Amino acid sequence: MPVRRSGTRPGHVKPLLRVAHKTEVNDTERGLLVAAPTTGHGWSAVSVALQLAAELFPNGVTQYAVGGVLVAAGIGVIYLGTAIIPGNSTFLETTLSYVSDQPRFRRPTYLASRNWRVVFAVSIVAGAALWGLVLDPGAFTTEVQPWRLFGGGVLVGIGTRIGKGCTAGHGVCGLGSASRTSVVNVALFVLVAMVTAAVLGALGVAP
Amino acid sequence: MSENRHPLFYPLVVLGGLIQGFGLAYSGMARPEVVLDFLQFEDMGLVFVMGGAAVVSGVLFFAVPRLFDRAPLTGDAYGRRVRSMDRNVVAGGVVFGVGWGISGICPGAAYASVGIGNLTILWAIAGMFLGAYAQGYWRSRTRSGAAGSVPNDD
Repeated sequence: MPVRRSGTRPGHVKPLLRVAHKTEVNDTERGLLVAAPTTGHGWSAVSVALQLAAELFPNGVTQYAVGGVLVAAGIGVIYLGTAIIPGNSTFLETTLSYVSDQPRFRRPTYLASRNWRVVFAVSIVAGAALWGLVLDPGAFTTEVQPWRLFGGGVLVGIGTRIGKGCTAGHGVCGLGSASRTSVVNVALFVLVAMVTAAVLGALGVAP
Repeated sequence: MSENRHPLFYPLVVLGGLIQGFGLAYSGMARPEVVLDFLQFEDMGLVFVMGGAAVVSGVLFFAVPRLFDRAPLTGDAYGRRVRSMDRNVVAGGVVFGVGWGISGICPGAAYASVGIGNLTILWAIAGMFLGAYAQGYWRSRTRSGAAGSVPNDD
């Protein structure tokens, strides 16, 4: 297990929210954990389960689940109004059609969707900025090294376009559509990413 | 481009993008550190982002086509997102996985990351455009690539 990079994310924590999560979840769990050994065998299984949950979800799950529901809600309003299921990586190719004559980028479906895809991507930027304004966490800057972002980004650009989708297209919309293609793609990219991160961690690459 | 879009088409796309961007920021997924923590089993909360989103959109994709015939702003029939299975899906998933594991960022989360002030993420977005261009350049030179895997969302 790689060393925890606890010191690597200054500024990104939204103190109120995080602290509230942590104390809330951990107090409950701690109370039960303390009570567990004295109240009989049935509790030991619960205790183990809670301990595991605390290990796997040190920041609780609320913010993650709420964020996920909002991601789907954004997709949902567009779907309801237009029947379009908007992914996020097609934008990379359709936007290239503005500046490139490569046949791959100039297919009719790309030319037809490139305008709204730009609007969609810019609105995602604005929505995240709105989160910053409303909840005021202060600007966040990643400490992950630029070579990782750029090199990884190149592979993300190639892989998502060859593989017909990304975390949104396959991971949310495809899984939501019970598409076997998406199940295969998601299982692969999550597993491969875990192995990749483990290898980088073992090589001492941090952050 | 001449576009005959319903007057509410673009406002709706904006609304959807705003909600999704807010959600990506709220979930923490716009921060590569959070993704890398997930991939290294230090905080598995991200399961609830993708899982929660997939469940909610799953309910929508199955309920909406049964309740309504056509979308009000486009007149199109509602469907699901299903792509054909081929070797590209496998190869692409593996390449994407390596990239996600190195960088901790995916396309939608990268756009949201710009919104939370993380300008360093522009390295990743530049990389994504370069990667998308490289595969498009290469596939434009192979007949199957230029014709294959056309997304059906327009």
